[in-house]
Amino acid sequence: MSSIEVKHLNVWFDGKQALREVNMTIPEKGITAIIGPSGCGKSTFIRSINRMNDIIPSCRVEGRIMVDGKDLYGPEVDVTQVRKRIGMVFQRPNPFPKSIYENIAYAPRIHGTKDRKKLNEIVERSLRRAALWDEVKDRLDRSAYDLSGGQQQRLCIARALAICPEIVLFDEPCSALDPIATAKIEDLLVELKDEYTVVIVTHNMQQAARVADQTAFFYLGELIEFGDTAQLFERPENELTENYITGRMG
Amino acid sequence: MKYIDKIGWLNRTQGQSKGRFFDGASHTVLFTITLISASVLVAVAAFLILGSLQAFNVIGPVEMLFGDTWRPTSFHNPAFGMLPLMAGTFLVSFLASIIAIPIGLGCTIYLAEIAHPRIRAFLKPAIELLAGIPSVVYGLFAMLILQGWVAQLFGLQHGYVALNGGLILAVMMVPIMVSLAEDAISAVPLELREASYALGATRWETMRSVVLPAAMSGILAAIILSIMRAVGETMAVLMAFNQTPLPTLDPFSGVQTMTATIAIEMGEAAVGGLHYSALFAVGVMLFMITLVMNTVANRIMLRYSEAYR
Repeated sequence: MSSIEVKHLNVWFDGKQALREVNMTIPEKGITAIIGPSGCGKSTFIRSINRMNDIIPSCRVEGRIMVDGKDLYGPEVDVTQVRKRIGMVFQRPNPFPKSIYENIAYAPRIHGTKDRKKLNEIVERSLRRAALWDEVKDRLDRSAYDLSGGQQQRLCIARALAICPEIVLFDEPCSALDPIATAKIEDLLVELKDEYTVVIVTHNMQQAARVADQTAFFYLGELIEFGDTAQLFERPENELTENYITGRMG
Repeated sequence: MKYIDKIGWLNRTQGQSKGRFFDGASHTVLFTITLISASVLVAVAAFLILGSLQAFNVIGPVEMLFGDTWRPTSFHNPAFGMLPLMAGTFLVSFLASIIAIPIGLGCTIYLAEIAHPRIRAFLKPAIELLAGIPSVVYGLFAMLILQGWVAQLFGLQHGYVALNGGLILAVMMVPIMVSLAEDAISAVPLELREASYALGATRWETMRSVVLPAAMSGILAAIILSIMRAVGETMAVLMAFNQTPLPTLDPFSGVQTMTATIAIEMGEAAVGGLHYSALFAVGVMLFMITLVMNTVANRIMLRYSEAYR
């Protein structure tokens, strides 16, 4: 069970409130898109789910995020375990300045897999999963920076999948990519949704409409509307949502 | 060209040709200035080499480089073997390096990764300020205070030994190393750290396996530049221990460095004499050492710029 229950989530940066009373339940499996204009808190929201906001000293989080009935912000929770179960892919491809192989092997290694054969298996499986294996299998020892932007982003996805997370968060993963690379990532997202709970932040409404099962609309730090993607885009209940998706605001 | 001339809006305006004049003039002026600076390097090298020719001719390069006695002022039996001087420079710089490198790296990692931003904002400028203190002040401290501590700690009659010089040079090396190495670590993009944290890595794992490797060439360059500072330092070394040109690597002995030799003996050597020329030869050697280290540092820096983007 890897649904994400968010209860009364409030986030502040430097005393300025970035998220206000967010309540929502992201169902298991499938793709949930988070949309909204710049500065609406969508990135802050997704970064709360794997506690990436923790590394920002001025950030304060209140409320609960429950996965598996356990509060990720509970007192006894080990943040590295949270991030092990909840993978993340960032806006700009950010491979390590290491070889393709080492990029994937990095996380399994720090989590205790030392056996070379096992690592080889993980690397191959992850790269296949991210639809990159055929393109790189002959040059695993080459620098990840030799890859194109789209390949780098798929490498980052493979890297996140290498430790078998249950939830994968995507923070605008295509905003630095060209349309062809974007299409490949979107295909990949759809493939992943049977196995993983996928949450994707996007500024691209067409992208949300294309890939997401559910869509949430954020505005000024609040969750305005959350529902079935088709319904949200065709018959939005809230006027703000309607204004945004019809382009009258944003 | 004719075609362009027909189109009025492509022609130069009055203001633009004025701008072009200044563009051209500033180019010439700046180029000349740069050329002068660069030619100073050639002039210095030529000056040293020309001055040292006599010594290399009379004494012979092998005897100069590998002779184990430096006794330039002896009337009956002068000797100009540079080995003791090179040993002195090596010993003092080596002692300084093995003390300064761990301390410097420790400070760097603390400042770059562990310290609260507010503490860093205070500490880093403070450490960088240390780099600006004139070396004679460090020398004074070594001569008057550090020397006593060294004598007491190791039960010596006095502390005017190579180790004292190594210690004060270490104090001088740390600020340079910390300043440069911290820059290298801070330059590692936040995205790389985030990628590592998001995979469930701890701060320490991220530091060790992502940040340090990415900054490694910059850190190595920082170390080399600070060693160069130790090799080239004259005044503090001169004041820290007894200048005795012995071919030894004993940290509790007095030694004599190459820089100190030139500083001490140039005043008493007869202009145009053999001793005078031999000091130029010492200068040539120092110049070579600096050149090699600088080249190595540059090579490393070049690699560093390719480490990530």
